[in-house]
Amino acid sequence: MSMSVTRRVNLVATAVLACSMTGAMATLYAIDHRRRTTVAQEALYLRSSKVLRRLSLGYTGLLADIYWTRAVQYFGQQHHAGSSDFRLLAPLLEVTTELDPRLFPAYEFGANFLAPKPPNGAGLPGSALALMRYGIEHNPGQWRLYYNLGFLYYIELKDYAHAADAFAQGAQLPVTNQFMPVLAAQMAQHAGEFETARMLWRTTYESTKDTQIQENAVEHLLALRVDEDVTQLEQVVKKYREQTGRVPLSMGDLERAGFIHGTPADPKGRPYKLMSDGRIEVQDSEGLYFITKGLPPGATPPRPPQVKPSAK
Amino acid sequence: MNSGGMNARIGYIAFNTFREAVRDRVLYNLIAFALLLSGAAILVGEVSIDIERLVVVNLGLTAVSLFGVIIAILIGIGLVSKEIEKRTLYTVLSRPVRRWEFVVGKFFGLTGTLVVNTFFMAVGVFLALLYVAHKFEKMDAWVLVALYFIVLQFLIVCALALFFSSFSTPLMSAVFTFALFVIGSLAEDLRGFAIITQGVAGLLAKAIAYLVPNLSALNMINQVAHGDAIPSRLILYNTVYALLYSAMAISGAVLIFQRRNLK
Amino acid sequence: MAAIEILDLEKSYLVGFWRKRPKVALRPLRLTIEEGEVFGFLGPNGAGKTTTLKLLMGLVFPTAGTARILGRDMDDPQVKSQVGFLPEQPYFYDHLTARELLNYYGQLSGVPAKGRSARVEQMLARVGLSDSAGVQLRKFSKGMLQRVGLAQAILHDPKLVFLDEPMSGLDPMGRREVRDLIQQLRHEGKTVFFSTHILSDAEALCDRVGVIHQGELRGVGAVAELTSETQGRVEIVFFAEKVPAGLANLGAETRVSGDMVNAVLPEQQQDAALDLLRRERIQLISLTPVRRSLEEYYIQKLRPAEERQEDERREENRKGASV
Repeated sequence: MSMSVTRRVNLVATAVLACSMTGAMATLYAIDHRRRTTVAQEALYLRSSKVLRRLSLGYTGLLADIYWTRAVQYFGQQHHAGSSDFRLLAPLLEVTTELDPRLFPAYEFGANFLAPKPPNGAGLPGSALALMRYGIEHNPGQWRLYYNLGFLYYIELKDYAHAADAFAQGAQLPVTNQFMPVLAAQMAQHAGEFETARMLWRTTYESTKDTQIQENAVEHLLALRVDEDVTQLEQVVKKYREQTGRVPLSMGDLERAGFIHGTPADPKGRPYKLMSDGRIEVQDSEGLYFITKGLPPGATPPRPPQVKPSAK
Repeated sequence: MNSGGMNARIGYIAFNTFREAVRDRVLYNLIAFALLLSGAAILVGEVSIDIERLVVVNLGLTAVSLFGVIIAILIGIGLVSKEIEKRTLYTVLSRPVRRWEFVVGKFFGLTGTLVVNTFFMAVGVFLALLYVAHKFEKMDAWVLVALYFIVLQFLIVCALALFFSSFSTPLMSAVFTFALFVIGSLAEDLRGFAIITQGVAGLLAKAIAYLVPNLSALNMINQVAHGDAIPSRLILYNTVYALLYSAMAISGAVLIFQRRNLK
Repeated sequence: MAAIEILDLEKSYLVGFWRKRPKVALRPLRLTIEEGEVFGFLGPNGAGKTTTLKLLMGLVFPTAGTARILGRDMDDPQVKSQVGFLPEQPYFYDHLTARELLNYYGQLSGVPAKGRSARVEQMLARVGLSDSAGVQLRKFSKGMLQRVGLAQAILHDPKLVFLDEPMSGLDPMGRREVRDLIQQLRHEGKTVFFSTHILSDAEALCDRVGVIHQGELRGVGAVAELTSETQGRVEIVFFAEKVPAGLANLGAETRVSGDMVNAVLPEQQQDAALDLLRRERIQLISLTPVRRSLEEYYIQKLRPAEERQEDERREENRKGASV
């Protein structure tokens, strides 16, 4: 009889334990959903890094890591939700780098996502530049930061002169990467050309460990391909007109005239369209996010891909 | 069945726990310290213009929270782990008291002590607030909600202190509980890391991240310092969470304590 | 009804850090205590006395076996309302006063609220702590704590009382008072089970004793029987200045002090010795059978197994011979 008292207590306690554990986790999941946006905002209630430094009791590294994680998650979440509001990104990255000036992934992230206009980025090229300069000031020997600076000048600001300077400086560092001098030379001689941009994006893709940056680079490379294709094809159309005095009616005309071989298609495998006014257009801009050519007049490139929040 | 006796015994144990805690001088030192900090907050606020209220609320509530946790751990451990080690428990358990009644009674006594504590420390914060702002504003009501959330934090910490006391020495119980408090305060970031991690390590990380007490969500100090409202849904969810988590830790403590051989 | 029935209660611990080896604290124990008796559990330190008590009180769980207390299973919590326990070197809540502690324990034991405070005062008076009733326990001396311990053990008027080394930490006056208390409990019809390693107390108070050593119950016996048993020897005291010749041949151990001689010899030789003394016209002072003391029984039971077997064989022979 009394054995069952102990057993009864054990049974009840085990049941309570199991139920409360699952209940607690479920409630936590629900809470998380509601808290998602508030976390990043709360992170910036204390924007002064001096105060943060003191509060962290010396564990500035850890705090920097935490802020960095929040920055990445914040961007990913906003991107995922299709938002155009990235106003917390710059402060988050600033606090991160102020706490730990050597957190290099933060500079890279800033170079890639602070400058582009929403919804691809925060649209703050000035902040991005400031961040890069801050990084270089604190880490003068890091070639990566010169790369990021040059990249920023070239891609976002189209300031080829400064871009060339940055790459040249980076190439002269005692410890540098093999493609820095190559890029510097390319910059100096072939600024504005497709090949240069392609080199930059490929370098970015290969030298980063961050999946968001990689995916972004891939999209840009695809777009470059399309832009280049469209430019070349439009050149071909022009030559055809000069040669024959007529506007080509279809791709077949161009092919029969020997200007192209086969049916040219975009990187997604969809053949390009020849329009009646001689322009080339993509069949379907779905999946081609950064193209500047091949779009109907007045059209804008489609929305960026729904990237899941990720880091590293 | 003896359910009337059961409730009565839990009540007696809870009251006795409260009495023991209240007579322990450690308690008063810590409360005094917390009140001191509220006073200091006034001075700090005077230095920077326009943020006196901010500083008083931030510093005051942080003091209440931190000191409360320290009290919870010190007294919680002292009241249970030490009791087991010093064999005070022998004469209690030789009476018609079930082991689980003892654990539950201790929990209520401990949380009761902390609620009373929080009340006194909160008075200090409100007095400081009154001093710097010269009047109460509507947004000060949210400070009460933040205090309520701090009490929910205490519930969880007490439950954890009891859980560890059921099988560990006083020192280790204090260390484990404090460690979980620190980890729990970073729980959201932990879950952030865990979601990113892949594979088996990711599953493990997720499991740990969800088992750790979610104390960061209960920390509304910054928000009320800026006068933000707290959505009522969140209040409800957090209450439920704190109750469920405490129930989990207490039932764990009961199960372990049921089969413990007392030295 | 038996107050306590211990049925093969056994306890072993696993010791060691890496490879846990079992250490036996209590070998299977079989013992029955009758209602109303005062039972002494004797044994050196570490023999298993406290382990047994902790097992019976449910503070520690047995490896095997069970026990019945007052007719109920030992796990039954209701049993505890009829049982009182004084642990060895008790320790209580530092910040409570003696009165508050007893009141709290009374609450837990289910002493009805109505007469509770009166009963508490009564207990305090009984253990001599009325003056210190309002003092916090952290200020109590060891002896005072022992008294509080006794008070809380009998507060709820239990039928059965367990005392673990009740005399420890007490001065002779205190020990006398505890002895009186145990006598009173016996008069009230309570069953008392106490452990001790002080034999004189056991001899004075107990109906029966059990000797335990190295986790094993070595022997149980009624105190009256054990101490009345003659060892088959007689002690003859007589006036003489030296030992008469011939006495040594009878196997006597002699001692001379002043004008008296003290001779101990086997009782079979009693008549022969008396004849000798009469022939020598020696004046006899006394002739008494030598009684075995509890101490001897105790020490005997503590000896290793082979020696004990020898003792038993010798006893059998002696008993057989004297019949």
